[in-house]
Amino acid sequence: MKILVGVKRVVDYAVKIRIMPDRSGVFTEGVQHSMNPFDEIALEEAVKLKEKKLATEVVAFSLGGPKSAEVLRTALAKGADKAIHVQVSDAEAGKLESFHVAKTLQKIVEQEKFDAVFLGKQAIDDDSSQTAPILAGLLDWPQALYASKVEDGGSGHMKVTREIDGGLDTVKVKVPFVLSADLRLNEPRYATLPNIMKAKKKPLKNIPITELGIDISPQTQTIEVTEPPVRQAGGFVEDVSALVAKLKEKGFVKA
Amino acid sequence: MLSTLSKIARISQTRFLRLSHSAAAAKDAKPKKAPAAAVDSPSFVMNLFRGKAVTDQVFPYPLNMTEEQKETLGMVMSPLEKMLIEVNDVVKNDETSDIPREVLDKFAELGTFGVLVPPELEGSGFNNSQMARVAEIVGAYDLGFGVVMGAHQSIGYKGILLEGTDAQKQKYLPDLATGRKFAAFALTEPTTGSDASSVRTRAELSADGKHYVLNGGKIWISNGGFAEVFTVFAQTPIKQADGSTKDKMSAFIVERSFGGVTSGPQEKKMGIKGSNTTEVHFDNVKIPVENLLGKEGEGFKVAMNILNNGRFGIPAACTGAMKHCIQKTVDHITTRVQFGKKLEEFGNVQEKLVEMISKLYATESIVYMLSSNMDRGIKEYQLEAAIGKVLASESAWHVCDDAIQVHGGMGFMRETGLERVLRDLRIFRIFEGANDVLRIFIALTGAQHAGKHLAAQTSGVGGLIGLAVARVTGGNTGSNFGQVVDASLQDSAKALDQQIGLFGQTVQGLLIKHKKGIIDRQYEMHRVANAAIEIYSSAAVLSRATYAIKNKSSSADFERKVATYYVEKAMRSSNRYLKDAGNASDNETKVSTIASLAKEVCGNGGLTLQHPVEL
Repeated sequence: MKILVGVKRVVDYAVKIRIMPDRSGVFTEGVQHSMNPFDEIALEEAVKLKEKKLATEVVAFSLGGPKSAEVLRTALAKGADKAIHVQVSDAEAGKLESFHVAKTLQKIVEQEKFDAVFLGKQAIDDDSSQTAPILAGLLDWPQALYASKVEDGGSGHMKVTREIDGGLDTVKVKVPFVLSADLRLNEPRYATLPNIMKAKKKPLKNIPITELGIDISPQTQTIEVTEPPVRQAGGFVEDVSALVAKLKEKGFVKA
Repeated sequence: MLSTLSKIARISQTRFLRLSHSAAAAKDAKPKKAPAAAVDSPSFVMNLFRGKAVTDQVFPYPLNMTEEQKETLGMVMSPLEKMLIEVNDVVKNDETSDIPREVLDKFAELGTFGVLVPPELEGSGFNNSQMARVAEIVGAYDLGFGVVMGAHQSIGYKGILLEGTDAQKQKYLPDLATGRKFAAFALTEPTTGSDASSVRTRAELSADGKHYVLNGGKIWISNGGFAEVFTVFAQTPIKQADGSTKDKMSAFIVERSFGGVTSGPQEKKMGIKGSNTTEVHFDNVKIPVENLLGKEGEGFKVAMNILNNGRFGIPAACTGAMKHCIQKTVDHITTRVQFGKKLEEFGNVQEKLVEMISKLYATESIVYMLSSNMDRGIKEYQLEAAIGKVLASESAWHVCDDAIQVHGGMGFMRETGLERVLRDLRIFRIFEGANDVLRIFIALTGAQHAGKHLAAQTSGVGGLIGLAVARVTGGNTGSNFGQVVDASLQDSAKALDQQIGLFGQTVQGLLIKHKKGIIDRQYEMHRVANAAIEIYSSAAVLSRATYAIKNKSSSADFERKVATYYVEKAMRSSNRYLKDAGNASDNETKVSTIASLAKEVCGNGGLTLQHPVEL
């Protein structure tokens, strides 16, 4: 099984997000970026399957500006065998939508013949959660979304467990398939310095988006990006009856 | 005049050979030669002692990491931080006085024990600037762990990396770089502290010439309890030209597996408790001759080269610790309310915070100046490295102390996590060259350099008259600050230039007055060293801020303000230190008062004070 893993370069989860004064987006210049944490989980699962001999090759993929090569090299250091960087300009990268990513992935899958595509369930910057299902649709492959466990399902199938409200949902998908990784699927390994050094020798292919002939013109328009409302300071009440009275007054409990 | 001044140079050299360590200095110290010619130095601090502003090593700010080096560093930074939070438990390490081997093994996998070792030898192949950034992160989370790391690679096996033969490197570095084995640096002995050349451990060649037999004991050896490879310094009898033998220090690579190597229990310490510190004893240890490190009899040079080379690790770790303390302070003062206001609104709290920030800024500026100068192959940085170590360890101490103060009673509580940092930081002012000794080393090495030039100068055509004229007019520092410092920082640059001139004059005055006796003028030398620290750090700060402004850094404006604040204060201090050091008549009284008071108490074997209640 040859697995393609999508990894996106996003603003690091620990960074305090700042909105641009013109409200067109958030500051990304000079801000620490890293691999989308859910993509790290997807990658880890693919690498684990390779270590268990269930997969033969793991290829990391990223669609983004020139700096996306950084997350691909991280992916190589964490165990991917090869990397494919489909490059757009930084300006274009900011306007990419799930649909464009899915279209590009579809093209790569068709060109290089993959048996599975592993993606994070969502990227922590735009939280769209769309790429995996759109891709499954485009490829007409089965999908296993929000995976929390991945096992061999026998006779060309994979058994995937998904966490749903109130329990677990187990699905058996026929290979080839699309998978999206949830938080508890695994704990990704660290990129170690020796592996980072070794990764420098692994192949990283750069393909300009124009070569794939994919139309990335935006389908949506961002009107405004604003800070979440600041939480108002609370107040103290004397006792429980005062609290109940207040709640009634505000209409939070029935009068 | 000429002869006395050149004698100063020689005497201070032989006397301070234990502290001075460049190959050149050792060569110059050969006995009974004509006075060594005054050599020009490219070092900023060396030239400072001549009142000259030689800025090649300071401007422009030498940091120059390639995109690839930056990226690799960036890739390892977040896993390193994650591991320091998730795998390592700093509170537990402090409580149990141990860092479990499993934790060390995890970090070994990450590659943190072979940062500077080339990839061919299974290391990470980082340069010094990348290493400094790694040390900074470790310092922010666990200084005890930082000491384990530093004792292993910054000094433990650094000798093999710097001075080892190819065979020694091939044999030892792969195991050490990967943390399969740990290393330790064994120099200190019960009777050998700051005076490094006085070791008593001995190694004598066996009759068949195949082994050295090592006997002796070392104390306070970091990683001593579990290290398997030691860099050991011992006296070896060396044949002299006249046929007699003389003991000289040599360095050896000693494996625990050679037999006869034992280590004591973990010492009980004030701080850095997680780091392992033990006695190490050598009882008839047979060292194969090929494990001699460097040349026989040149162990002192090897030791100094190692310490000098690894010294920037301390300011780097201290930089991280300061950032940790500042973050805690900001978190606290922006939430804690007293007298109806957040602490951040009080002027005194603001001043404390800015003081912390400016100290951090100065230290960090020196760290990356030093590391990048080393990266570009500059060899003469011993004084700059010493200044970095002194400034960093003291700044970090004060920053942490102030952070505790701002936290009030909460700062005193273990849970806040600052008291541990303070305890951990205390050793940084003592080990790897005690700050007091380093100050005297800085002042005397510089004064000796200036003395040689002064001697050469007075023997020239202008002679004493020229010298007198230069002294009166204050001389010219020859600085190019007008070109190299950003236009918006020129006032600071002017103040710096003025202090460099005053520094040169003060040192010259002291050399002329005390001649060779200058080596015993610790009162003045201490102040001269303090002024040198203020001046070099100000130069580093101006260079860094100029670099930030030029590169349109997002914090350029902030840095400009911090730099102006720091330099103004530093130059005021420098001026006071230099005025103090140069005040000949006052100093005689002060020094003799100090000497007589100390003598009386010591002679009495304790305090001679009568209690006010007379009981």
